[in-house]
Amino acid sequence: MSVFADGRTRLVVQGITGREGSFHTRQMLEYGTRVVAGVTPGKGGQKFDGQVPVFNTVAEAVAATGANATVIYVPPMGAAAAVVEAADAGIALIVCITEGIPVMHMSRTMPFVRARGVRLIGPNCPGLITPGTRTKIGIIPGNICTPGRVGLVSRSGTLTYEVVNHLTRAGIGQSTCVGIGGDPIIGTNFIDCLRAFQEDAETDAIVMIGEIGGTDEQNAAAFVRERVTKPVVGFIAGQTAPKGRRMGHAGAIISGSSGTAEEKLAAFEAAGIGIMRRPVEVVALLQARLGLTTV
Amino acid sequence: MNLHEYQARALLKAAGIPMLDGDVASTPTEAESIARRIGSTVVIKAQVHAGGRGKAGGVKLARNPAEAADEAAQILGMTIKGLTVQKVLVVPAAEIATESYLGLIMDRESQRPVFMVSSAGGIDIEEVAARTPEKIVRLAVDPTYGLFPHQALTLAFVLYRDFTQVKAAARIMEQLYGAFVANGASLAEINPLVTTPDGRVLALDAKVVIDDNELFWRPDLGLLRDDSAEEPSEAAARRANLSFIKLDGNVGCVVNGAGLAMATMDLVKYYGGEPANFLDIGGSSSPEKVINALKIITADPSVKAILFNIFGGITRTDDVANGIVAATRQFRVSVPIVIRLTGTNEVEAIRILEGVGMTALSDMDQAVERVVQLARAGA
Repeated sequence: MSVFADGRTRLVVQGITGREGSFHTRQMLEYGTRVVAGVTPGKGGQKFDGQVPVFNTVAEAVAATGANATVIYVPPMGAAAAVVEAADAGIALIVCITEGIPVMHMSRTMPFVRARGVRLIGPNCPGLITPGTRTKIGIIPGNICTPGRVGLVSRSGTLTYEVVNHLTRAGIGQSTCVGIGGDPIIGTNFIDCLRAFQEDAETDAIVMIGEIGGTDEQNAAAFVRERVTKPVVGFIAGQTAPKGRRMGHAGAIISGSSGTAEEKLAAFEAAGIGIMRRPVEVVALLQARLGLTTV
Repeated sequence: MNLHEYQARALLKAAGIPMLDGDVASTPTEAESIARRIGSTVVIKAQVHAGGRGKAGGVKLARNPAEAADEAAQILGMTIKGLTVQKVLVVPAAEIATESYLGLIMDRESQRPVFMVSSAGGIDIEEVAARTPEKIVRLAVDPTYGLFPHQALTLAFVLYRDFTQVKAAARIMEQLYGAFVANGASLAEINPLVTTPDGRVLALDAKVVIDDNELFWRPDLGLLRDDSAEEPSEAAARRANLSFIKLDGNVGCVVNGAGLAMATMDLVKYYGGEPANFLDIGGSSSPEKVINALKIITADPSVKAILFNIFGGITRTDDVANGIVAATRQFRVSVPIVIRLTGTNEVEAIRILEGVGMTALSDMDQAVERVVQLARAGA
């Protein structure tokens, strides 16, 4: 079954003819993802690489191809609008890769997305990959993943690759890897992913990769303690980062969003989450918790 | 992007928020003539991106133009939290009956702009937040609709009983929200919001932080950036589109991705070293970015060894390899470089590096251990 994306995913690429969109569409096709349509306003009727039909709007793409998911490579200025368009067209899963979207745009977009009951992943994220069904939505390199039963959720991009690479080299496969993104306002948080992995019959253990800043990891740790029965191991990047030389942010201080590594690691510890001090330790920790031996 | 108080005042004033007329000065003579124009006791305020200016001696009263010149001469050039004061704001001293706090932030958790108001305003609002958070009233605004009039009134009633003042404060709430949205702010703060003995409601201070992602299509706001308020190497990095923070150690780090960059710093520390910087070269890394990164890092004399940690995804490792080779041709790098790269086009990257006699490691732990040893040997 896996999480959020699988063999039934029929994907639209918004911004398919752009530089990033075209490069990653080829990578997704090569990996095995069913890319059924592309959208670039003004380029409807064309075919991308002679095989993927391009439409002017997401609604047209959905009507013609039965698409149920979309990935967005649209530049920051139009990316939030692209999310809204996809939600309006009835797409159930929206993955927004774009980095640099103004926070106010996302603040305005989220109520609309929620009202439509849509799952948004990102923005500013690497997307997700389900190796078992060769389904990749986004930019996570397919060659570092291998099918298996460990679910991974992360706020980071390349750090995710680092950890997945250790898993794959040790013979520990993944059910789904999700990059939720590092922006202040994101559509899917750690808890959403933990809940999905907990319910997923094809996931036996969960890896969680967080960062300093915010309180998402602390909330997630509390959720793990109460609701997650599967083994969880976690990492927090930025343990040695200096406290930012900020101007007197009374606002930030009042909102309580200090989010230090110590705070987060203490929350992990209290929730029984296995703490990785280095990325490479993911292997030994999972082997111990799952009773695996080295392959 | 942080704005100076005088810049934030201009944005809030343009939105109609009542405040006392003042002006900014770069020299004691300018401060003197502003004080003369104001014609009453003035406050001279250091313009730096640091809190606690008053406690650091950066805010002073001056009873006449001559005193204004003297105080400005004291404050201009002084250092507050490592930042040199280059400008002072000269404003009339206000008579204050009450002080309140009024802030608006983009809140991660509710994903909305959130107002925070407290009748316990003034310089110690951080303490209020820590000790008696119940004295701060919060209200989230749905950005679809904006701030409703009844919400503005509710917030104003938290601060005042007198209905004339309540109406004035409610109007300020609406104006602050308008300025926040119009300027793509992530924080807008008035501390203190005061009442005067004759009953007026005034903003005595202003703080605004602009969301960096807004600057792309708001070049007018980008012009407000004060490069001199930043660490010079950080300003250079920003102009080169690199995300860089200078630190105190001796291991220079060039990494793709913020999470991996932080994890690399953590690992340097784990193996007993001290990172000299945080540097994220970003996703699509051209050779040019790598050259700029090396320039900035090698300009720091405390750097004794440099680590490249690249996990190719969008980033093509051959681009990075080409950048390293081009940089070492352009200028002499006198400290050892340890290169770890893996992922997209790594075979090509290793061929490029070997062509000029360099080698690359594929394991992060190995590379970090090695660079920490080299830095220690060179120190």
